[in-house]
Amino acid sequence: MEIRVNGEIRHWERSVTVRELLEGLGIRPETVVVELNLRIVARERVDEEMIAEGDSLEIIRLVGGG
Amino acid sequence: MTAIRGGLDRLEQELYQRNVRIPEVGEEGQRKLLASRVLIVGLGGLGSPALFYLAACGIGEIGIADGDRVELSNLQRQILHGREDVGIPKTASAARSALRLRPDLLLTAYPCRITAANAAEVIAPYDFVIEATDNFTAKFLINDACVRLGKAFSHAGILGMYGQTMTVVPGKGPCYRCVFGEPPLPGAVPTTAEAGVLGTVPGVLGAIQATEAIKYLLNRGRLLVGSLLTWDALSMRFREIPLPPEARCGVCTGPGQPGRTGMDEGERKGT
Repeated sequence: MEIRVNGEIRHWERSVTVRELLEGLGIRPETVVVELNLRIVARERVDEEMIAEGDSLEIIRLVGGG
Repeated sequence: MTAIRGGLDRLEQELYQRNVRIPEVGEEGQRKLLASRVLIVGLGGLGSPALFYLAACGIGEIGIADGDRVELSNLQRQILHGREDVGIPKTASAARSALRLRPDLLLTAYPCRITAANAAEVIAPYDFVIEATDNFTAKFLINDACVRLGKAFSHAGILGMYGQTMTVVPGKGPCYRCVFGEPPLPGAVPTTAEAGVLGTVPGVLGAIQATEAIKYLLNRGRLLVGSLLTWDALSMRFREIPLPPEARCGVCTGPGQPGRTGMDEGERKGT
């Protein structure tokens, strides 16, 4: 399937959960917020939310420095 | 906001000549800036450029809040402070730097941490808040206090060679909590002490925060409301991420909130 991650087209072999996608990209889910099609995915739902063909994701880092 | 005076005096005309020449500022805009109050919470990497530029551009009154003292390891990015300031409160050394640039600036120092107990009292007198703190607890606390008070603010966060910023105008778009939910678990995300930070990253982000404050006060241009601007210094890429248009978090939808249609432009600026 073809999806868009942080503005870039990516190809994924099969439908995955948000957690599987993040881990596939080498990102620890607790360090980011995911916006799926302009909707924030609650942190406790990363194992349930599925990513489908054509979805657009923004992976937003949590950075607390000032 | 205090009453706007009739005109600029001769010193101000010369000081702010380059501001006034900008069509979007003009003499009227400069008088607005001179009658405006901005609070900067955190006098570190982000707060340093924000205070310098806001003082320089002629903001009338600036509050500065920080409970820390200057440390040697601050100096590669926190350009308000110098070697001789190590050990003194950051509010003291920041005040010295700002007043050297702007002797006529009305400056109020809060040499303490902003807590749930004092946040509303500290924030209430100001027109705009720069959230330039260095930890998630403070970032969420200032967000919540500003949303409850209906106070516009600029958020920024930095780490390593990456930074991000968004502007929150309560009632006009999502707040920091609407996007980020809850602070991450302790230890989940490294601090700048652990992961480092390049000094120019808060330099750029803090200058953007000051720019947002100025545009808000002038009521000009488009703010980063409903979008998050990210900057990856390593790839030298800026990205603007559209955020969910609706504010849905518990603070935004809590009792006494203005909601989506609570304020118009006139009310917002009290004009």
